[in-house]
Amino acid sequence: MTAERGDILKVTDLRTYFPVRSSGLIPRVIGQVKAVDGVSLHIGPGETLGLVGESGSGKTTVARSILLLAHPTSGTIELDGQDITRLAPSALVPVRRKAQMIFQDPYNALNPRHTVGTIISAPFKIQNVVPPGGVKAAVAELMERVGLNPEHYNRYPNEFSGGQRQRIGIARAIALRPKLIVCDEPVSALDVSIQAQIVNLLRDLQQEFGISYLFVAHDLAVVRQISHRVAVMYLGKIMESAPRKTIYTAPLHPYTHSLLSAVPIPDPSLQKRRSRIMLEGDLPSPINPPSGCVFRTRCYQAQERCSREVPPLSELEDGHFVACHFPVARPPVQTTVPAAADGLTGALRVG
Amino acid sequence: MTSPARAVEPPLLSVKNLSVAFPTEDGLVQAVDDVSFSVEKGKTLAIVGESGSGKSVTAQAIMGLIDRKAARMTGEIWLDGQELIGLPADEMQALRGSQVAMIFQDPMSSLHPFYRVGAQITEAIFAHRSVGAKAARAEALEMLQRVGIPAAERRIDDYPHQLSGGMRQRVMIAMALINKPALLIADEPTTALDVTVQAQILGLIGSLQSEFQITVIMITHDLGIVADVADDVAVMYGGRIVEVAPTSVLYHQPEMPYTLGLLSSVPRMDRDVSMRLEPIPGNPPSPIRLPPGCVFAPRCKYVDRVPGGACASARPELLHAAPDHLVRCHLPSEERQQIAQDLLRVLAGGAA
Amino acid sequence: MVAYTIRRLLLMVALLFALTAAVFFLFNMLPGDPARLTCGKACSPSVIEANRHRLGYDQPILTQYGQFLGGIFFGRTFSSDSPQPIVCNAPCLGYSYSRHQQVLTMILNAAPVTFWLAVGAFVVWISISILLGIFAALNHGRWPDRLVMGISLVGYSLPSFFIGLLLIFFVILKFNWLPFPAYVSPFVNPVGFLKTMILPWIVLAFLNTAFYMRLTRNQVLETFHEDYVRTARAKGLPERTIVVKHALRAGLTPLVTAAGMDLAALLGGAVITESIFSLPGLGSLAVNSVLQSDLPLITGITLFSSTLIIFANLVVDLLYAFLDPRVTIA
Repeated sequence: MTAERGDILKVTDLRTYFPVRSSGLIPRVIGQVKAVDGVSLHIGPGETLGLVGESGSGKTTVARSILLLAHPTSGTIELDGQDITRLAPSALVPVRRKAQMIFQDPYNALNPRHTVGTIISAPFKIQNVVPPGGVKAAVAELMERVGLNPEHYNRYPNEFSGGQRQRIGIARAIALRPKLIVCDEPVSALDVSIQAQIVNLLRDLQQEFGISYLFVAHDLAVVRQISHRVAVMYLGKIMESAPRKTIYTAPLHPYTHSLLSAVPIPDPSLQKRRSRIMLEGDLPSPINPPSGCVFRTRCYQAQERCSREVPPLSELEDGHFVACHFPVARPPVQTTVPAAADGLTGALRVG
Repeated sequence: MTSPARAVEPPLLSVKNLSVAFPTEDGLVQAVDDVSFSVEKGKTLAIVGESGSGKSVTAQAIMGLIDRKAARMTGEIWLDGQELIGLPADEMQALRGSQVAMIFQDPMSSLHPFYRVGAQITEAIFAHRSVGAKAARAEALEMLQRVGIPAAERRIDDYPHQLSGGMRQRVMIAMALINKPALLIADEPTTALDVTVQAQILGLIGSLQSEFQITVIMITHDLGIVADVADDVAVMYGGRIVEVAPTSVLYHQPEMPYTLGLLSSVPRMDRDVSMRLEPIPGNPPSPIRLPPGCVFAPRCKYVDRVPGGACASARPELLHAAPDHLVRCHLPSEERQQIAQDLLRVLAGGAA
Repeated sequence: MVAYTIRRLLLMVALLFALTAAVFFLFNMLPGDPARLTCGKACSPSVIEANRHRLGYDQPILTQYGQFLGGIFFGRTFSSDSPQPIVCNAPCLGYSYSRHQQVLTMILNAAPVTFWLAVGAFVVWISISILLGIFAALNHGRWPDRLVMGISLVGYSLPSFFIGLLLIFFVILKFNWLPFPAYVSPFVNPVGFLKTMILPWIVLAFLNTAFYMRLTRNQVLETFHEDYVRTARAKGLPERTIVVKHALRAGLTPLVTAAGMDLAALLGGAVITESIFSLPGLGSLAVNSVLQSDLPLITGITLFSSTLIIFANLVVDLLYAFLDPRVTIA
């Protein structure tokens, strides 16, 4: 992928493999789970890259690798111009100041024995930063900013609802004004009415502080709501990446078409007019991925060549990268939502 | 739904004034509060709600899975002319798994980890019919093939952990349908699954439904799934049903402010992303301290439009807005419709 | 499975090697002169030196360790240059000069006592605690549950020497219901054996029953809330099948691990119970060996008990894999 100058995050050919051991008398490493297999991506200042994929696609491992919570096997990760891939754990403290993470499960990501105040002020302590006006005032301000009542400073996480806990996690993440926040399924554990609150909050914080997000999620509708660009992963590889509008209205990869067609639209009449590309079966084992294109075993486009050659991720249009030998502009059935509004189209239907 | 004009034959399932409460140390948890609905034979009713709305407890009450010693349960549940709440335990047990079956959210934890999937299915056969071991196995195998398990003759002897998530849910479906029940309750059946697998499972349930003439209650939080599969929808909030309508009516002419809130807070692929999502402010109520009036009042934008603060003090009834459309709201119907249409117009594309 | 077992056995041997080394060197570094202990209080330095040489304590410690290991595999001869050499056949765990007996012989004499004590107590505590634990779980929150949990709490808080002394005082001394314990083999005098063992069994089982009752209850209660138990109920299975086949099978399996390890630990000697009832088991032997600073005996008993634990570990793991199909041992 072409990277522009001033990218906050630039990941080049990232591979994160996990060893598989044999069950013989003397266990040997007999294979590798290629959780992430040659992923390149970049995120500019104030930009959100949505990373979508199903379970087993490796999207979470990408997120964890970028913050070095998983150990990259090869490739480079550059954060704000600095190569952090091989940094020693002791050298990571200043890195954490620039990049933070928000986790899926707001119940497990907070220490139940610490008060909210302690949790949110932890980054200041770890980084030895004294904000102007003192830590306590800064924490109160952060709580206010993310929509928590600062008077609840001394409460414990279990006294908060799921959405409020995610707000606590967000307050902790933005405490040091990081340049990048990696969000790993930040709303998928939350109720529908709460999801929207958190998505809006993340959008507002981005506008206010210019934070870049890597937004990892399986929910295509949520990703669409927050991302500027979207990358679609399958079995450790990026299948397609493009600006949001392109991904949702003019995708070229058969897998993206299938994914989009599988998302039910909350509108019965619209839903009845759509037809689906039904993908057969499940994700193949990442220990023994298919030869050639990893998606070919479930692909309606697959031909003989797909099993021989790995399709490279090539730029077919400006900023639109596709890893497919036979990209499809028009799938066998209509997959994108008719006239999917992307800030352009007018009223579709009323009542 | 409840309109006599449409019901030629009596509905297969009819729930009347169902309430379920659990006494706890912190107080009485009113999980389900005066819930009434009915489903006609062969139809799909979706019960939509967020966590704590009472949708799963309602389902468990129909299945007779509520521990009678731990809960206070009142009301009536009529299944095919038989009342279930007053039924002795052994008769309810005979109906469970034969007349009414259920599949659950997490197929991994819902299957017993120590037994082979074939044995778990045949166990359901033996519980209700006297069939030989060989015949039962053949029947289980046929059902596994029917639900789309590849190489079923091999998979029948697998343990649950050897199957993928989608396969496990197919096994659960096979197990639920093996005795040809009249009613299938699916409690968030695809929430733990990937979106492409979700499409497979929903498609499977739909095709089996028409093949076996099954009535389905689909419990979900996902409005997309509702739009996909349901004939009618009941929206639950704080243990109560707040709106019931045929699916297209609910999406295009909703009236209850909570339903409106749900519809406008869900990110949709067919909507303008430059517009902010319109979340429902605040958090769902605690089932121990439900608001005295309308349960949704503390989060409702329109309480000021009702004179005398009725929303906070008086409990609204579930009333007809149209013959097949019930709404629990103090606002006058015309005003609700006006609010809804204004909102939908904005959502459909601000410019228009 | 076979490969796994072999690998575990090899690992076990390696572990035992490390263990013998640790035990041997640790105990040899303890203060006190082993040669001094070989003769009485009025002992001339020349006798001590002679004994030191005769017993090999003048050799470097590594050599001594080599001889110790060699003894285990090939046997060895003590005092080989004296008129009455002591031949110790493999597996030779050493020779106790203070008792003038081979360590292995002493262990093998004491082991049956401990074996019967441990196994009897095990049967008592496992059967009682599983029965009562299930009973409590089935009546969760009602009086049987409270009663069982109460008993469990009392059991926790009473130290076994206290219960032992109470029982001795009332049952034996005051009311003369049982004779004072004097161990006989069950094959020689079954009635006498039972009369001796019944109180030690009760004492030893007491604390464990308290623990296992609570564990069983909690395990079973937990499985009652499992989704698959709900599925079993949704299938319309009879309550009995749900409890026995679905809940108990899964709920009790984790007990295997705890019970196996506890049994193994007991087989290595129940120090307090054996001491209270003067049973000549491994526990008493161990206590005496420490009191007398009988280094070869301490080393031998430690090695024996550790072997039991390591072996039990393997057995428990294999058994668990057999019971729970999700656990693949490879």
